[in-house]
Amino acid sequence: MTKRQVMFTFPQELIREPIIYSLGHQFKIVTNIRRADVTENRGWVVLELEGEEKDIEQGIAWVTSKGVRVDPVVGDVVEG
Amino acid sequence: MSYARALRCRKCGQEYPLQPLNRCDFCLSPLEVSYDYKAMARGLSREELAAGPRSMWRYRDMLPVEGEEVDIGTGFTPLVKADNLGRELGLDRLYIKNDCLNPTYSFKDRAVSVAVSKAREFGFDTVACASTGNLAASVAAHAAKAKMRAYVFVPSDVEPGKLVGAAIYDPILVKVDGSYDDVNRLCTEVAKRYSWGFININLRPYYAEGSKTLGYEVAEQLGWRAPDCVVAPAASGLLFTRIWKGLDELAMLGLIEPVNTHMYIAQAAGSSPIVNAFNAGSMHVNPVTPDTIVKSIAIGNPADGHYALMVARQSGGGACAVDDEEAIAGVQLLAQTEGIFAEAAGGVVVGVLRKLAASGVIKRGELTVASITGAGPRTQEILADIVRPFAVQPTIESVEESIGALVRSA
Repeated sequence: MTKRQVMFTFPQELIREPIIYSLGHQFKIVTNIRRADVTENRGWVVLELEGEEKDIEQGIAWVTSKGVRVDPVVGDVVEG
Repeated sequence: MSYARALRCRKCGQEYPLQPLNRCDFCLSPLEVSYDYKAMARGLSREELAAGPRSMWRYRDMLPVEGEEVDIGTGFTPLVKADNLGRELGLDRLYIKNDCLNPTYSFKDRAVSVAVSKAREFGFDTVACASTGNLAASVAAHAAKAKMRAYVFVPSDVEPGKLVGAAIYDPILVKVDGSYDDVNRLCTEVAKRYSWGFININLRPYYAEGSKTLGYEVAEQLGWRAPDCVVAPAASGLLFTRIWKGLDELAMLGLIEPVNTHMYIAQAAGSSPIVNAFNAGSMHVNPVTPDTIVKSIAIGNPADGHYALMVARQSGGGACAVDDEEAIAGVQLLAQTEGIFAEAAGGVVVGVLRKLAASGVIKRGELTVASITGAGPRTQEILADIVRPFAVQPTIESVEESIGALVRSA
């Protein structure tokens, strides 16, 4: 089991979809929301994902394919 | 001795012992070093600080370092009155803080000097970072000085020429076959796997503190006062927030009058998530995918973006972006008026300064400090087309023929 902390940024058209529920359901990932702000036209959620490494990888790939932007919660590590 | 007492979550206030840790376990927000300012105020005076070494380490007591520092001669860089540039822009009291003149040619030396000192104190024998240029060079140089091993991760599309400035110090360079985002994700994993001091991951709270010295120096060099306005570039937003913290701390310690400095963020239009949020009136920075030649500040998901926004707002400052062309023009204008060859981020600062002055946001008489954070020679390929020499034969006739008219018209 492994843990990964990420930030999801949702575009307007996905705000009404239960993406995080589906992520947990389909990929056997435990999702643990720590901070979030969701309005009618935009949303971001900082959460911890816990599960098997390959499930997390597949889950993130699925979320990304849905149109959600996934970023490391620490911000960009690569600097100039 | 250091007056640092704990790491504190910037969001929820949870405290942690001073250890290699950068994020709050509860809300996953960044941690920062907190100090016993009462004790610090009793132990510090202008006179004692002014009598210290002519480097950033004159402010040692205001930094979170206990042991011997790893110092390659960083800081106390010139603050020059920029009258020529000021005339061009319509600013009568413009100063340039020239951090091109640090040992590895950028402000990163301030942050890295503290981070590597701390790494050694924590007992790490290895430091690491992910970078495309300035940070890589600084980490490699400090590791060489401290006799530590350094791993530098770079995205595979970085031009080899950019890495010479790091490779000369003989770090272990690791080129990652993947996108910029892949390198970000990989390094977070690497930092978890190996017990290294990862400069901008587990050492980030200490790394951040080094940048405060830029704010201290500006105030001391102005004769112990804060400027009216500061314009500084923002990538992760860390330097911007720490210049402010530096000024704010000096006031809190009674070393300068209360600070009323307007802080202005400068970003490249192709990577301006903080400026976008400022203009949208939001306090949340939505990540972007960078597309700009100003690589040293091309960060799409800035770790301190929210805090940089807060500083810009609370200080009555602002945020402004310029495109790549304006950045290049800024680099040229700075070089041709003040003799300072900055990297493109410096051009962004000059471009933003021009806009803010032209629109009257920064007023002619305000004491304004522009923070130039890195030197130009490392990224000179963006200026290749300015080299247009007159070709002559080694005869005086040829010289006369080629540039005679030019000489006579001068």
